[in-house]
This record gives sequence, structure tokens and C-alpha cells, in this order.
Amino acid sequence: MQRALTLYNTTIGKKAVMAASGFILLGFTVGHLSGNLKAFAGPTEYNEYARWLRTVPALLWGARIALLFAVLAHIGSAFQLWKRNKDARPSRYQKNVSVATDYAAKTMYFSGPILLFYILFHLAHLTFGGMLFGEGAMFGIEGYAWEVSNPYNNMVRGFQHWPVVIPYVLGVVALGVHLFHGIWSMFQSLGANHPKYNHLRRDLAIGLAALLTLGNLSFPIAVMAGYLEPTNLTFHFPELM
Amino acid sequence: MELKSHEPTGPIEDRWKEHKAHSKLVAPHNRRKYQVIVVGSGLAGGAAAATLGELGYNVKCFCYQDSPRRAHSIAAQGGINAAKNYQNDGDSVYRLFYDTVKGGDFRSRESNVYRLAELSLNIIDQAVAQGVPFAREYGGLLANRSFGGAQVSRTFYARGQTGQQLLLGAYSALERQIDAGTVKMFPRHEMLELIVHEGKARGIVTRNLVNGKIDVHVADVVLLCTGGYGNVFYLSTNAMGSNCTAVWRAHRKGAAFANPCYTQIHPTCIPRSGEYQSKLTLMSESLRNDGRVWVPRNPEDCDKDPAKIPEEDRYYYLEERYPAFGNLVPRDVASRNAMYVCEDEGLGIGPKIPGEPRRGVYLDFKSAIDRLGEDLIMERYGNLFEMYERITGDDPRKTPMRIYPATHYTMGGLWVDYNLMSTIDGLFVGGEANFSDHGANRLGASALMQGLADGYFVLPFTVGNYLGTIRKTEPLEESDPVCQEALKSVQARVEKLMNAPDPTHAPEYFHRKLGNIIWKYCGMSRDAEGLKKALEEIRPLREEFHEKVKVLPQKGETFNQALERAGRVADFFELGELMCIDALERDESCGGHFRTEHTIDGEAKRDDEHFQHVAAWEWTGDPSNPALHKEELTFEYVKPTMRSYK
Amino acid sequence: MKTKNLTLHVWRQDGPDAKGAFETYTAENVNEHMSFLEMLDDLNEKLIIEGKEPIAFDHDCREGICGSCNIVVNGYAHGPQERTTVCQLHMRHVFALGWSEIWLEPWRAAAFPVIKDLVVDRGALDRIIQSGGYISIRTGSARDANETPIPKPISDRAFDAATCIGCGACVAACPNASASLFTAAKVSHLGMLPQGQTERFDRVRKMVAQMDAEGFGSCTNHGECEKACPKGISIDFIAQMNRDFVKAMVTSKHDVEAPNDAE
Repeated sequence: MQRALTLYNTTIGKKAVMAASGFILLGFTVGHLSGNLKAFAGPTEYNEYARWLRTVPALLWGARIALLFAVLAHIGSAFQLWKRNKDARPSRYQKNVSVATDYAAKTMYFSGPILLFYILFHLAHLTFGGMLFGEGAMFGIEGYAWEVSNPYNNMVRGFQHWPVVIPYVLGVVALGVHLFHGIWSMFQSLGANHPKYNHLRRDLAIGLAALLTLGNLSFPIAVMAGYLEPTNLTFHFPELM
Repeated sequence: MELKSHEPTGPIEDRWKEHKAHSKLVAPHNRRKYQVIVVGSGLAGGAAAATLGELGYNVKCFCYQDSPRRAHSIAAQGGINAAKNYQNDGDSVYRLFYDTVKGGDFRSRESNVYRLAELSLNIIDQAVAQGVPFAREYGGLLANRSFGGAQVSRTFYARGQTGQQLLLGAYSALERQIDAGTVKMFPRHEMLELIVHEGKARGIVTRNLVNGKIDVHVADVVLLCTGGYGNVFYLSTNAMGSNCTAVWRAHRKGAAFANPCYTQIHPTCIPRSGEYQSKLTLMSESLRNDGRVWVPRNPEDCDKDPAKIPEEDRYYYLEERYPAFGNLVPRDVASRNAMYVCEDEGLGIGPKIPGEPRRGVYLDFKSAIDRLGEDLIMERYGNLFEMYERITGDDPRKTPMRIYPATHYTMGGLWVDYNLMSTIDGLFVGGEANFSDHGANRLGASALMQGLADGYFVLPFTVGNYLGTIRKTEPLEESDPVCQEALKSVQARVEKLMNAPDPTHAPEYFHRKLGNIIWKYCGMSRDAEGLKKALEEIRPLREEFHEKVKVLPQKGETFNQALERAGRVADFFELGELMCIDALERDESCGGHFRTEHTIDGEAKRDDEHFQHVAAWEWTGDPSNPALHKEELTFEYVKPTMRSYK
Repeated sequence: MKTKNLTLHVWRQDGPDAKGAFETYTAENVNEHMSFLEMLDDLNEKLIIEGKEPIAFDHDCREGICGSCNIVVNGYAHGPQERTTVCQLHMRHVFALGWSEIWLEPWRAAAFPVIKDLVVDRGALDRIIQSGGYISIRTGSARDANETPIPKPISDRAFDAATCIGCGACVAACPNASASLFTAAKVSHLGMLPQGQTERFDRVRKMVAQMDAEGFGSCTNHGECEKACPKGISIDFIAQMNRDFVKAMVTSKHDVEAPNDAE
């Protein structure tokens, strides 16, 4: 008896998984940005938001696990497709011309890994802060210790340093580029198309990618420009411990 | 050789029905015991292979292309006729039958034509059920148009790609049977010999074009659906690979060749631009509905910019010569007149090719654009204008199109009886490869109809009747001397082509020369003197070909396109000679065969008293001396009349 | 009339397992009105006379409809002119680009093994059709053609998909050598018509499974195929196939078998 066809063992299935997991990750980036924009409302609001996130552990961990799965699924299927696509053309063209595709689409296999490294860096910076700051840590920023109860300061102080800003900017730009193709591609892979609304898919991809890029860039810019400064207020949030 | 048409008698509308009712059948459980070979995978071959497979026979299907979907049926643009009378404009099976017999200039078999008209109804149903996207009206029903001067709208069409869509329908049915295991497909295989055992066709010898392997395939019945032989002209609208080898090999094994001189010329093709050109492109005849055909009145204007030639110096020769029909005269009349003005009167236009008169006339849309507006004209012909511009670089809206006639279809082919069986038992021939339904001239939109009628509805049935009649064939092994001899003869022929004594020229060189001779003397118009000259020229050229053709052995696998070409050209030489012999013998004008000696007011003059027959030629071993057999034609329903378009 | 000499770098390969390499030829006095393949015919005729192996390339109808011809010209599948097969590409168009040096390569894909030089085996496309690219209708059992009216816009759209000539340019142009456009065109053509509904969801599952089994890459939505397609078939059909496929996999109550790997 032959094995039955399953969704995931087909190329379209894998692309659907990429699209669905991408959609989850996209949802996260949108939520993440809108939450972080509270930085412009002030340190208290920002830190209060951070605290609130931790008040419902089931939600927090649920989200974390979902995100972890989405990331793994996204990377796993990307890797499998990459391998397959590489094998599908064993001999390369001497002359290779692209007529239709764009830079973003061609560099998904670069922007993807860049994003991965960036996310790890970003987590190291702001979630597992001890890894970047303080004595013996990667950047050993002087006169600053990781403040567990003050995510606002962790963010602002980080962005006062080029070695933190540069990877962050690169990561955010990679995110924008990745999403520029990814969002449009998501519609296509899931077969969400309709002649009347098809043009909106590209518009939405451009709009969202731009919004997320600019929104995320606003933090280091605001810090470097001196608009956001470290706060002297002290916070004590046991939830963040 | 005796030509028995096996036509049923009785009222014509009942003949096919009666014939089916009294024929033998093969029971479903016995069908898989029979091996059927189908050569060719176009409309006739693809449809026949699919249908026979579906019935449960064991089918092998061969084509020289890399996929059955590429057969040249795919290139037909215009449409397919069917007497559906969906337009309620008075069409009927009888009227389609009548038009086809008349259009064939009374040189076809009435019973066959009636059956064709009858089956046209089923074809459309079948094609639509397969998903062929015929043009539709806004109400969702099928659209029709009038085609080639027909007085009713009975042509079904699919943009300009009717042949493609119908072939893809047949191809999908064929692929379904391949998947089901009833048909085994052999693409990139060419049939090079027919195996005849005890008077019956029992198999073929093929060459695998990829690795050069020559194989024997044994069967109980062989079907040839290999298309026409228009490439004997070198330049034609046929595909580059279209060839006569399969039918010619069968002819040499005893299948009579009928009416080889009936070839059809299409008036609206894009002219040649230079000597290097090997293929002509046809453009839909519908262009003549709005375009005006002209040449300059003065030979000195022929290389002038057409825009600078004043109205009074333009010779609208069709409008002047045929005031009633004007630019819409039938294909053959339009074609011949283009030839007269170019080759006899020296008024042709277009690029000068050394050693030839200018062959081209203008097809001008200026007055139609002035009258109807550019938008409407573009809506009607936009895709054709685009195609023309792609090939010539000229925009027909600004510069008049250049057109010239080209060989397009061959009505002649292997002789078959009412069952489409040739003079060799067990050898069936379908589609353009047989001679049966179009007489001396084929009507527009009838080729697709015939191919599919033969393939879907006639052959599957008559093959069953044949097998049911013979019951059992003698066992035949591949090791049998008959098969081995056939195999060796093919090997020897390949060896001979590859080892000519004084190899100096590529096969194309000889093909081009042969084509020139045939076009010049046995093309649009013919006369006894010219035909004799053609025969005198072909014979030594054939010898020269075999002495000087250069085919190189290939490195690695023996994929060798020059060898394929050489084999085809060798057969074209013999067929070309037979064409000229037949054209010389048929001392009358009819349909596509126009003898300048036989005209009334410049129009074709038939000689029904002496030539109301099918000329079927038997191979005698000497290509220059074939034996003629005649099948007399009788017309019980459509009484022969004279065509006139004045 | 303009003529030009051109340098051609042509991929030569003796067979599927042989190593290929470029060889350089000069095409002399190429006339602007020649088609690209006529230029090769002319070169081949000269090569034969010189006793050199002619260049093998596939071609047949030379009218842009049979889908036989397949050459990657300077990186463009079927050459640089949009919606044009290489047999319909004329040299004036090449001259206008100012090219004097041209690279000719075969369709490169694992699923299209090279037979010789520029000739490849595209049997994989036939096998995709075999797996389900048809409507199962017995000859003779069709009902009257006008019994089911089909709205013209649907019929027209099905036609847009049906125009596929099966040349494989989509595979050649795709960075992943994916046959998605080819498969989607047939899936969509039949899936949109009322006649094709019965088998619609099994058809898409079987065809996609076969497409994968042949070793084609996956679609990553670059859109190169659409531009290379001589019939301009839209990648919207790929989305349509994806939707039908995912829907079929998620909602179907029965399984279809996964095909064996390609031959």
C-alpha cells in the first residue's frame, strides 16, 4: 500500500506552512511595535505595559510557545524548500537575468537568517539583558547595570551605543525587506486572490513593511536624537523578576 | 490491386447507422488481447489512440515530437465546422454534406462526406465535455461564425487557437489512457517501415530519435495518422518536422496512394524575406473580410514605399477581375491571381530574392480603418496584426501587409475504403494522411472536423469491426524473418544516408531544390509541359541527393537531426515525383489542381467524363513508373455543377 | 537590409550524463529579417558542410504554438522579447538590443535532463498531465454541447489558462525551476469550468503530487515565469491552484496516494 499524500510533504503545503507561520510572526511584530510605541508616552507607561504583559503567565507563555513554533516551522520549511529548490536546478545558467522579481524576493534567503541573528541579539539585549550589559558582558557598558524592573532604561541605554544600534537597524531593515516580499507572498501561497482586490495585496505589503520599518527605527532615532532619555525613576516590579 | 470502397448502399442518411448495426464487434474482455499501433498523435491519431485505449485495446502510440501535444494540428487557427444549427440559420447535416462535396469539386466519396457531416455534431459535444473553451456568447451558449464564404454560421472557434484547444482536448484524453495503462506512448520515435505479414499490416519498425535504436513493434492492426505531405514544397505552413515517411513506407509496402496532386494553397501567408527561410506562417483568412488586395500598376513602383503610390496607380486586381466577390473570392482563386500578378505580370512587391520574381501582394487595411475606425479593426484583427509585426517588423496600420500564398494542406493521401482501411488489410489511415473526405479542395474549418471524426468516431469502430471479422491474427514474433528483414532494410537505409559516396551538402540543400521544382511546376497552376520538365529535373536531383547528401555521425548518443531530415527528404523525392506524375495524368482542372490547359474564362474546368475518379497509385518498385488504378465516383445526391465566382 | 556577424556561445552536451561546455561560433551575415532559429539553421548547414557536428535544438511549428522550441538566450527563456517563443524571435529585435555576443543555453532543471546540446527531455510535464490533467469523459458519452451554458467571463478566464503551450519556459525562468505555472494553468483551466468540477479537488491533489515527484522546485512567488511565458499566463492561477490544493487537503474525506518518485 502506498502512503497517502499529506499536506506537509508537498511543496505547496510547505509554502502554506511558511505563509501561516509568517502570518503569526507578522501579527507579533505588529503587536510588538504598537506596544513598544508606549516608550513615547513615558517610562512609567512603558514599564507598566511591560509589567502588565507578565501578569497573565498563561498568555505570555502561550504566546511565547506559539511564536517559537511559528519560528521553527517557518525556518524548517524554508530550509527544506531551499534545499529542494537548489537541487531542482543542479547546473546554473551562465547568463542569468531577472525580469520580474525584485530585490526583496531574491534575498529572502539572506534577509531570513539576518532576521534570525537579529532576533537572538534583540532577545539578548532586552529579554536576557545580562548577556549584553554589565561587567564581563558583551558590550560591558560602563556605569550601567541591567535593571530588571526598568525595561525602558534597558532599551534607551542600549540605543545610546552604536554597537547596539547598528545590528538593530540592520535587523529592522532586513525585517522590512523580508516583509515586503513575505506579505505579498503570503497571500499568493495561501491562494488569497481575487481580481478585484489583487492590487491591494502589493499595497498592503508595501504599507505594512514601511510602517514596521519606520516604527521600529523610531526608537534608536529618538534615543540618538536625545528625545528619549534614561529615566531616574525607580521601579519595582516583582512580575519582571 | 482492386479498389473496393465498401460503401454501404441505401439512403445516404442511414448508411453509417446501418453499417454500424451490421458490423462485427469485439467483446470487452477480448479487447486487451489485441495490440494496436497508432502512428501520429495529432487530432486523428491522438483521438484514435485515446478512444481505442478507453475501449480496452492494448495501444502503442508513436510520435516524432517530444510530446503528443505538439502535433501540427495545434497550429490550425480558424475553427471547426459542425452542423449544429445553433444559430437557427438553416444549417443541417445535409447542407454541410452538400457544401463539402461541392467545395471538394466533386472528387470525393459521397458516403464518407455524409458521415463526416453527421459526426460533426458529436465532435463538438465531445470537445466541450473535455473542457475545450470554445468561444461563447454572453448568454453562455456557444458562439459561431461564418467561415470561408459559407452561407451559414456553423464554425465553432476558440480565439485563433482552435486547433490547439482541440488537440489539447484529445491529448488530455490520451494522457488519461496512458495513466490508465491502456496506451503506451513512444515520443521521439519515428516510423521507418511497415511490417506486412501474409498480406496484413502487422507492425512497424521505428527509430528512437534519442538514442538511434531501431526496433520492431508487432501488432494486430496499424493506424497511420501522420498528417499531410505539404513539406514536399520545402516552404509550407506545415511544421518543420511534418513528413511523409510513414505513409510513403506504407505505400512502398502496397498501400495505394490516392490523388497526390491535390494540394491546397492558402492565400494569406506572410511572404518569404530571404533564401534562408524554411517555413511560412499562415494568417487567418478572415483578414480578407476587411483588407483590400492590390499591387502597383507599374512594375517600376514595385520597390517604392506603398504610401507614395497614388490611388490611380494601384491595381486592385481581385476587385477588378471579380466584381461580385472581390477580395473574398475562394482560396484557390485568390491564390492563383496573386501568382499571376507576381510571376507572370511582374508586379509583385516585397524584398527581392536573387533569381526570383518578387512574390508578394499588398493587403491594405487603410480604407477599412478610415471607414470603421482603428479600434474596431484592432478588435477584429489585433492579434493577427501583432503576429505580423513580430515577424516582419511592419505595423499593418501604417504599412499595408504583404501576403503571398503558401502550401497549407494536402487533400491527397493513402487510399482508404469506407472503413478507412487502406489497400493493405489491417492498415488504417486517418486524418490528413488519408485522401477520403475533401475531394480536390478542402473547405475552411473542415480539417479539424475530419481529423476528429476519424479519430474519435470512425476508426475505433471500424478497427473493432476488422478485428471482429478476422478474429485472430497469425502469431508473429519479432524474430520472424519478415520483421527482421524490415529491421535490416531500415538499418541499411540509415547506413546509406550516413555514408553517401561524395558527401558535400546538408539535406536541406536538396530539400530546398526539390521544393523549388515542385512549387514551380506542380504548385498553384500546372501544365503538361512544366510537369514533364519537373519529372526530368527531379530524377537526377534524387540521384544527386543519394550521392552527395552529408549526414555526420554524432558524438555520444545518436540524437541526429540531420539524419532525421535526410530520411524525410529521401521520401519526399519519391513522393514529389508521384505528385507530378499524378498531376500530369489528371488532364483536367479541379479544386486545388489547376491545369492551365483546362479553363473557362480563367477558371478551373473539370472533365467529369474522363476524370470523375480517384487516381490510386500502386508502387511497382520503380518510383518513376507507378501503376494507376481508378475508383470511379458516383454522385447520387449532389449533382456536379461548375463553380463560378464571377 | 541590415546584416551583422554575431558571436554565439552555445551549450554543447553529448547526453544526459555527459559534461557540457560552451563552444563559440560565428554566425556570419545574419540578416535582420531572419528568425533566431533560421540563423541557427544557416549556421548548422555550414557546420555540416565543414564536417562539424550541427547544434541540436528542438523546434517544430515555428509559429509559436507547438511549444517545441526552447532556448535560453542571454539569460532570457525564449529570448528577450515578451510573449514570444524563440522560434518567433526575429533578429531585428536582437540587433536593436545591440547584442553582438549571445549565450545559448538549454532549459536547466533537474526535471529536464539534457538529451543533447539544447534539447531537453520535458516528459515530466506530460506525466503531470497524466496524473490528472483531464476531464474523464468517455468518447461518445458527452451530452449536447449547449446543455450547460458557461458564463462568458468564466469561459474566457479558463481560456486564458488553457493557452499554455507546455514549452516549459516557466520552469526555465524560475529561480527554483518550479513547474507551478504549468501545473496551475491546467488545474485552473479545468477547475473553473462546470465540466471539470467533479474531479476538481482530486485533480489538483494528484497533479501537485506528481509535480513534486518530478523534482521541480517550489514556487517562491518571484513572478519570473509569468514574464517568460510566451502566452503571458498570469501567476494569479498559481494562487488559485494553491487555494484549491490547500482546501482539498484540509477538507477532503478521502486520501489520494502519493506518487512514486519520478522516473
